[in-house]
Amino acid sequence: MSKGKVFHARHAMGSMVRGTALVATDGFSARYDLDRIKGTFSRPTHKLVGQSYVGRILVVETAKGGVASAWMLHEMKSRGMAPLAFVFNSVNPILAQGAALAHLPMLAGFDEDITKAIPNGAELEINPQAGTIEVLR
Amino acid sequence: MTTMRLNDEERDILAGKLGAVAKQALQHQIMVGEFFGAKDFVPVTQAHIMADTESLGEAGVQWLEGLATATQGRTGVRVPTITDPRGTDFSKAAFLGQTSSMLDLERRAIDAFVKLGVVMTDTCINYQTIQAPIRNEHVAFGDTGVVIYSNSVCGAYSNFEGGPSALSAGLTGRTPRYGFHLPEQRRATIQFRVEWTPETLNDWGALGGVIGRLAGNYWAVPAIVGIKEPPRSDQLKHFGAAMASFGSVALFHIVGTTPEANRLADIAPAGLPSHRVGRADVDALQKSYRQDGKVDVVVFSAPQLSLYELRDLAALCDSRRFTVPLLAVTSPQVKPDADRLGYTTRIENAGGTVLSGMCFYQSYAREIADAKGWKRLATNSAKLVNILGGYGYQPMLGSMEACVDAAVSGRTK
Repeated sequence: MSKGKVFHARHAMGSMVRGTALVATDGFSARYDLDRIKGTFSRPTHKLVGQSYVGRILVVETAKGGVASAWMLHEMKSRGMAPLAFVFNSVNPILAQGAALAHLPMLAGFDEDITKAIPNGAELEINPQAGTIEVLR
Repeated sequence: MTTMRLNDEERDILAGKLGAVAKQALQHQIMVGEFFGAKDFVPVTQAHIMADTESLGEAGVQWLEGLATATQGRTGVRVPTITDPRGTDFSKAAFLGQTSSMLDLERRAIDAFVKLGVVMTDTCINYQTIQAPIRNEHVAFGDTGVVIYSNSVCGAYSNFEGGPSALSAGLTGRTPRYGFHLPEQRRATIQFRVEWTPETLNDWGALGGVIGRLAGNYWAVPAIVGIKEPPRSDQLKHFGAAMASFGSVALFHIVGTTPEANRLADIAPAGLPSHRVGRADVDALQKSYRQDGKVDVVVFSAPQLSLYELRDLAALCDSRRFTVPLLAVTSPQVKPDADRLGYTTRIENAGGTVLSGMCFYQSYAREIADAKGWKRLATNSAKLVNILGGYGYQPMLGSMEACVDAAVSGRTK
């Protein structure tokens, strides 16, 4: 239904990637929400609890507290246990700093609620240079 | 090439004329600055680095060691740069069930920081113990509790600076000018009319949590009206730390109390969305955590305790005998005073343990839970209960008095 649709982000960094979306209208904090060893969401009240984020394009609402995430993305990526890319409606500096250290693509700031616009499981192309997300299928 | 406007010195740094360390730091800062549309850099006077090794992992420590081995050009920080709590109190590591590999990683990180000229203060209450920033001072602070207190109560200017960015700011003496370095970003975006002024630290923390959840994101700036008495530093410490933890909020204004908000009109445009918050909201947040039953451990931490909190805790410990472990965590600056004044002895005579230079949730809390069999945790810190849910704990939030009672009986009521 959304195939071919392109979304434009106001904030972007990193390199182009293609992958599968993991979508939730919920927040994200590497310290508070994750079992970083298993690569799953572990906070009982998180909408993605029990699901693996490894290698997925994580599409979530906003970054939540916790300065530690700035280090943790780098550590997660070093073990091959990081998301492929991040897409946020609204991002705080910590996640942006963490993505910069880990060299993970990140896009944020859209004209619509991106967690409602992109279906869970959609195949996406993230192009930070152009600031775009394209739904491939 | 960058879209940021650089001065001559910044261009020299980027060209490598001041060495590889400063260049790498500025490149990192430019990536972040461009992402947020920063037009230029702003000089900073202090930096504060959150860098416990649970967060860094082997990869982060290697990254630090890489910076620390450089010998060419400027190899250390150029403005006072201090550290947030470490991942352990070495003298208590065995009691916490921490492993030698955790401690080895800690030692390597500390060695690297010292080589970079970082001062190992190991505290998240530097605004109470080291040097509080002053109004309009631009700083690069890590630890969300430190930033929200410095911005809101001191009137300083800081974003949340994660460890790599805070260290970069220490190394370059500047930070990208975005977010709360911009006066226009500091205006209130949401208003709260508080109909009940708390007294205890857990109630202040819970109120901060309620407002943080409603405000909801980093760019929201709550304006708070209705607080009856000028709050004390420890109350605002718990209030801000919880607001930052529950909502990622970095700045609030209490009208009539905090320096930028003598009057509501000073910081808030007319017609802001407004919420009423009362005692029922504060109670509801506390009751959303586990209420009664067996307790495995009692923890006072997050933020580290001030001398006054330790004094109050010591008074509650007199003539008591704990049946479950009670941990009180403070800073290396406060601990010697607590020792000298007898607070430590009074807490430890009851069976408690006073730890220094760490913070419970930054110290391998998940591994401690497994090693010690601690799941049901009682605390008076709203920030701590918010964090520990994700670490497999069943936290309970109560007053300092209720937590001490729980350490005696092994149960909460």
